[in-house]
Amino acid sequence: MQTKNPSGYEEMAHTADWALRVWAPDLVELLRQSMQGMQKLMGIQVAAGGRQPKTLAHSALDGESLLVWFLNEILYWNLVERVACVELELTLDGLRLVGIARCAPIQSLTKEIKAVTFHNLSILKKDEFFETTIVFDV
Amino acid sequence: MVQLQDVKRISEYEWEIPKSYRDDMRVPVRLFVSRELLEHSMNDLSLQQAVNAATLPGVVAPIVVMPDMHQGYGFPIGGVAATRLPDGVISPGAIGYDINCGVRLLASNIPLEAAENRMSELANALNRHCPSGVGQAGSIKLKEGELDQVCRQGARWALKRGMASEEDLLRTEEGGCLDGADPGKVSQRAKKRGLDQLGTLGAGNHFIEVGVVEQIFDREAAQVMGLKEDYLVLQIHCGSRGFGHQICTDFVDELQDSVRRYNIKLPDRELVCAPLNSPEGQRYLAAMHAAANYAFCNRQIIAHSARQAFEEALAGTVKRLHLHQVYDIAHNIGKIETYHVEGKKIRVCVHRKGATRAFGPGSPELPDVYRGIGQPVLVPGSMGTASWVLVGTEESMARSWGSSCHGAGRVLSRRQAKREIRGDRLHDELEKSGILIRAGSMPGLAEEAPRAYKDVDEVVETVSGAGIARKVARLRPLAVIKG
Repeated sequence: MQTKNPSGYEEMAHTADWALRVWAPDLVELLRQSMQGMQKLMGIQVAAGGRQPKTLAHSALDGESLLVWFLNEILYWNLVERVACVELELTLDGLRLVGIARCAPIQSLTKEIKAVTFHNLSILKKDEFFETTIVFDV
Repeated sequence: MVQLQDVKRISEYEWEIPKSYRDDMRVPVRLFVSRELLEHSMNDLSLQQAVNAATLPGVVAPIVVMPDMHQGYGFPIGGVAATRLPDGVISPGAIGYDINCGVRLLASNIPLEAAENRMSELANALNRHCPSGVGQAGSIKLKEGELDQVCRQGARWALKRGMASEEDLLRTEEGGCLDGADPGKVSQRAKKRGLDQLGTLGAGNHFIEVGVVEQIFDREAAQVMGLKEDYLVLQIHCGSRGFGHQICTDFVDELQDSVRRYNIKLPDRELVCAPLNSPEGQRYLAAMHAAANYAFCNRQIIAHSARQAFEEALAGTVKRLHLHQVYDIAHNIGKIETYHVEGKKIRVCVHRKGATRAFGPGSPELPDVYRGIGQPVLVPGSMGTASWVLVGTEESMARSWGSSCHGAGRVLSRRQAKREIRGDRLHDELEKSGILIRAGSMPGLAEEAPRAYKDVDEVVETVSGAGIARKVARLRPLAVIKG
């Protein structure tokens, strides 16, 4: 468990794909850190200028499904709409997520993630921290 | 974790994890590996993932794993699982996000000595004619109706537009078009991603490689394929691009619910699945086939562009310059096939994820030209190393669900490769060794460094020693184009 910072992410070794360990004091922050880590893995640089608001709303079966849905949503914006999320306002009511993402145009992106996977995905709560490891198909 | 003592040796190149290894296994896992490659595989989760695959409902013995295996997500890369029709399951995670990722090999009538001093122009022309790189769009902008046609027609769509020949289609797995594709089962998101990516290579481990036939092992088979020593060849490795990735993402999400509905217990949620005869299973099959057909068409259009690049860069080197298609194979796919099991004919859905179909001589699915020798099996190397052309055997039909290996198989993680290898230095080293590199990203190049992969020669020795494929020719790389 990472204790130096209350929230964060780090890349983990994975033979074929990419893995990211993420930790945070609550589920909303875990989503935010996961999103930041994923965009960093892809080497996204955003352009200066206006921020476009986009809405997020989803009900999930469990925390893991919510995390995968959320990251796949951001990934779709990254790859298809060519915008990156730079600010998030999220509210979680049980497993119902609503929020607004402020997005900026992507100036450059160096690596592509094909998908966010459920592989061995489990959100654990330990010592007041939520922690998970996400595997991305690249 | 599976330990060496859990694995039973059957022969030098064949090992087994028995069904008794774990209570929830329905069938054993058959490994086509040397002892050394088996020991290598203990370093990651690939064997554990194969054991997990052995729990899928309706799976028929055995789960097969190839020597190029490595850890994937849910299902190991290099894995083959056959599930019985009508009610065995189909699993998107056991096919992969890049549906019908595959390899195409073209052989030329150009001797190396005639083209040697124009390789740089050829590499530049290929780089210019064949769009590659992260999220790169192509010159073909499809309307939605045209995309639907690509989904239904596969490589034949390119034929109708002058970008293919009948011979190309004949020498493509399934003739470049799987039946039952239904674009109506594909999401709008996937369609949006597919509209502008046809004819593009993408990034990651995808590549175009110019090589030369270095050594021939089976003269008769090489002659049938049109492979001649010291002549140039071209390989194309790519798949269904964002279109296929999105289809897999959509169904992995949708089937999370189906698993609960059908009361399927899984050791890893990435193995989500649905019975083949369920509405969800049928929807996925139809959408996956649409993506497979998109990929066949994608490689066909890239081959057309590559031919233009050859004509542009090597004009005048030989009379009537041409590149004829040897074969095009899928290595991430689910196919309905028929096998003889314990004296009975059964129909199964063969999931191949990082495994190549390797049908033996006499298979009715093969075109006439290859029915006598068996299906060409294309095994690309890793930029600085050799690639191989093999053929399928009767043994592969009997022992490995008509399948063989698909490449070298990773051994270093991408993170480790980036830490240990600098892309710019690797670029220089490869160029010094006579391999020209055109790469969009230096960190991306480092991740795909030759030493991030197993020794492809050892992988090929293993499938050859096991009898599930036979060596035909070894290819040496000369120029590699990567996104």
